[in-house]
Amino acid sequence: MTDQTTMLEPNFVPYQENDEPLLRVSGVTRYYGDRLGCTDISFNLWPGEVLAIVGESGSGKTTLLNCLSTRLAPTAGAIEYRMRDGSMRDLYQLTEADRRLLMRTDWGFVHQSPADGLRMTVSAGANVGERLMAVGNRHYGNIRATATDWLERVEIATDRIDDPPRAFSGGMRQRLQIARNLVTHPRLVFMDEPTGGLDVSVQARLLDMMRRLVADLGLSVIIVTHDLAVARLLSHRIMVMRHGKVIETGLTDQVLDDPREPYSQLLVSSILQA
Amino acid sequence: MPVRLYLNSVGKSFVMHLQDGISLPVVSNVDFAVETGECVVLGGPSGAGKSSILKMIYGNYRCDEGQILVVRGPDDIVNIADAAPRRMLALRQDTIGYVSQFLRVIPRVSAVDVVAEPLIGQGADERTATARARELLARLNVPEGLWSLPPATFSGGEQQRVNIARGFIANYPVLLLDEPTASLDAANRAVVVELVDEKKAQGVAMLGILHDLDVRERIADRIIDVTNFRQAA
Amino acid sequence: MSAHPDTATSPDEGHYNFAYLDEQTKRMIRRAILKGIAVPGYQVPFASREMPMPYGWGTGGVQVTAAILGADDTLKVIDQGSDDTTNAVSIRGFFEKTAGVETTTRTSEASIIQTRHRIPEALLTEDQVLVYQVPIPEPLRFLEPRETETRKMHALAEYGLMHVKLYEDIARNGHIATTYAYPVEVNDRYVMDPSPTPKFDNPKMHEMAALQLFGAGREKRIYAIPPHTKVKSLDFDDHPFEVQKFEKPCGLCGAENVYLDEVILDDKGGRMFVCSDSDHCEDRRSHGHLGEMAADPAASHLASTGEERA
Repeated sequence: MTDQTTMLEPNFVPYQENDEPLLRVSGVTRYYGDRLGCTDISFNLWPGEVLAIVGESGSGKTTLLNCLSTRLAPTAGAIEYRMRDGSMRDLYQLTEADRRLLMRTDWGFVHQSPADGLRMTVSAGANVGERLMAVGNRHYGNIRATATDWLERVEIATDRIDDPPRAFSGGMRQRLQIARNLVTHPRLVFMDEPTGGLDVSVQARLLDMMRRLVADLGLSVIIVTHDLAVARLLSHRIMVMRHGKVIETGLTDQVLDDPREPYSQLLVSSILQA
Repeated sequence: MPVRLYLNSVGKSFVMHLQDGISLPVVSNVDFAVETGECVVLGGPSGAGKSSILKMIYGNYRCDEGQILVVRGPDDIVNIADAAPRRMLALRQDTIGYVSQFLRVIPRVSAVDVVAEPLIGQGADERTATARARELLARLNVPEGLWSLPPATFSGGEQQRVNIARGFIANYPVLLLDEPTASLDAANRAVVVELVDEKKAQGVAMLGILHDLDVRERIADRIIDVTNFRQAA
Repeated sequence: MSAHPDTATSPDEGHYNFAYLDEQTKRMIRRAILKGIAVPGYQVPFASREMPMPYGWGTGGVQVTAAILGADDTLKVIDQGSDDTTNAVSIRGFFEKTAGVETTTRTSEASIIQTRHRIPEALLTEDQVLVYQVPIPEPLRFLEPRETETRKMHALAEYGLMHVKLYEDIARNGHIATTYAYPVEVNDRYVMDPSPTPKFDNPKMHEMAALQLFGAGREKRIYAIPPHTKVKSLDFDDHPFEVQKFEKPCGLCGAENVYLDEVILDDKGGRMFVCSDSDHCEDRRSHGHLGEMAADPAASHLASTGEERA
C-alpha cells in the first residue's frame, strides 16, 4: 500500500537541476549554395528525452537532422555532444575516426527506407551483429545469441535469423533496422520518418515497439516526422520548423493542444480525425 | 494546512490565426489556492474555462498571464507558467496526476500494465505496482478476465474505470480530477468517492471538475465559481 | 636505357625493351612496390599498363615481375601450383623472349617466382621474391561496393565488415566455408586479400623469409608483405582459422600436409589426389618417395616430369 513518505518524496526523480544536456546545438545554419537549408537552430537535448522535429517537406527538418548526425557539415554553428567520459566535445572538431566510432557505437540512425540502413544481401543476424563485430566482438556464438535476443525484442521470429532482409516485409525490415542500431546500446538515436511508407496497422505496431524500447533503454531520440500522431505518441518535446527556422517549440501536448503560431495552428488543424 | 497549489492572477486566451487572428478570452485573474488534504471543485457552466484551468496546471495549455505555483518539495516551488518542458514532464511524473475522462489507448498494452505504469514510473518495483493495479481494478469492478487484455476493445465505462485506476494508483501530492465519475454507475461512483477520501487522508491536494452533484457534495471541501474569473482584468 | 646497358635487348635482336616495359614505367612500378613494402598490406594505386595479354591472365603480376627482374634472375612461373599449365607456360615464354632470363621449374633454383593461386610447398628463402597475380585486391568489396568507402575503412582500420562475411559463412554452412582468398591481417594493421590462393597456403605467408609482392593489373593496385612479417588469418574465437585437411597423402609421392588436387583418371570413377605443387612432387619422387598410386598405369602420364614432356 501507499505510504506517506513515498508520496511526498518520490524516490525516482528524472529531473535534476544541475544535470547536463547530452547534445547542445547552437546557431546551426546550413546553406546549399545561396539556398537556405536551415538557419540559426539552437536547442539542448537531455538524456532520455525524445524530441520530434515536425514540419512539411522542404521545411529544413531533414537538413537539420543530417547536420546534427554529422552527415552534413553545417555552414555555421556548433554541435556539442557529451561523450561517455562526460566531456563535451564539438562534433565537427572530432577526428573522422572518432566521429565514425561514435556513429556506430553511441549513436543510431534509423532511415526512412530500410534499404539505406540495412545490408540487404546479408542475413538478419549479420545485420544485427555487424556493430558488435565492428567494435571487436570475435565470438560467433555470443554475436549470434545477442542477435537472436534483439530479433525477439523487435518481434522478428528467431528462425528468420539467417534470412536476408530482402525476404522481409517493410515493417519487419524497419524493425530489423532498429535492432541493428540498438545492439550497441547507443545513447542517442536519430530517426528520419521511421514510419513513412508503412501501412497504418504496421505503423502502429512499430510505434508501440519504439515507444517501449525508448523507455526501457532510456534513449535520447531526435525524430523527424511530418506525422503529428507519431510525434504525440513518441516525443516529449516538439520543434515546429518552417522555411528553415524553428517557429515554435515546447512540450509535445502543449504545442499540439494549444499551438500558438499561425503555421502550427494550420498544421494541427490539418490532421485528419480518424 | 500548507498550500500545495497556488494560481496567482492567471489569464488565458486563444488567438485563432486561422480565423483572422481573433482573440478568444478564456479566463483572467484566476486566483485561488489548494491546500494539502483538500478537494476543491471548480464550478460554473460549460465553457466557463474550468477545463482550461486544469489543462494549464497540467501544462497542456500555455498560461499567458500570472503564475501557477506548485510545491514539489520542501524548498522546491515550481512556476508551471514558465517551466521548461522537461521540468513539466518531471512534475507529471512525481507531483501532478491527472484523472481524465478519456483513455488514450496504447496499443497492445494490457489493462493491468496501463494502470501500473505511473507507479512504476515513480520507481515502484513491477510486482508491487502490478499488485496495486489489480487491487484498484477489482475495487472499480473491472472484470478480472479483462485485466490481461489491452483496453482498446473495452466498453466506454470499462475504459474509463481503467483510466481512473491509472489516475489514482501513483503517489502524486497534487491530483487533477476531470469529470472522473461521469457515466459511472452508483456503485462505482461510491468507489471513486472512497478513493478521493483516501487521497485526502494522505494529504493530497485535489482540484476537480465534477458535474455530478451527489459526488460533488460528498467530496468537495470548497467550490470555486469560475464565472468570477471571466471579467476582463 | 643507360641504367641497364647489358640487359636491354639490342635493336637487331628485336624491338622490345628489357622485360617489355620501358624504364620509366618500371621505375613507376618500383616506386609503388617500395611504398607497398613500407606499408605492409596497403593497396598502392599504380598506373597499370596495357600488356600483350588479356586481363585475368596475370597482367598485374607480369608488370611487377617485369619491374623487379634483372638479367641474372632465374624465373619460375606457376599456375595452380603447376609449371606447365597454359598461363604459366606463356608468361615464362614472355619473359624468355623479352628479357632473355633463365627460367626454371625448380622452386629452389628460382630467384623470382610468379604465381597464380599457390605458394610452393618448399620453404622460400630471403633470396627469393614471390609475385602474386591478383584479380580483385579489395577484400571489403564483397560487402561494400563504394571504393571511397572501402578506402576510408582501410584508413581508419574499420574491419568489422570482414567478420560479417565470415559470420555469414558460419551461419550458412556451420563453419567458415571460405577456402580461397581468405582475408588476412598484415602486420597488425591492414586487412588484405591474399589473392585466390587456397587458405591452405595462408600460414605460409606468416613470417615468410621471401618478399611477397601482389599485382592487380585491371584494378591497378600493388601491395606487399615484407619478409618476416606477421600475417594473421581472420577468424572467430569459437571458430578458429583452420586449413583444409586431406585424408590421404599424395598418390604419386606420398607427401602429407601438402595441398592436393583431385585428378579424374577414367570414366569409371577412378580418381586420385596428387600434389598441386608439381615441382615439389617431382623432387620427392626423385628422392625415392613413392605414393600408393605411383605404379598405377592409369596415373603413369601424370608421373612424367616436366622435362620429359618439354
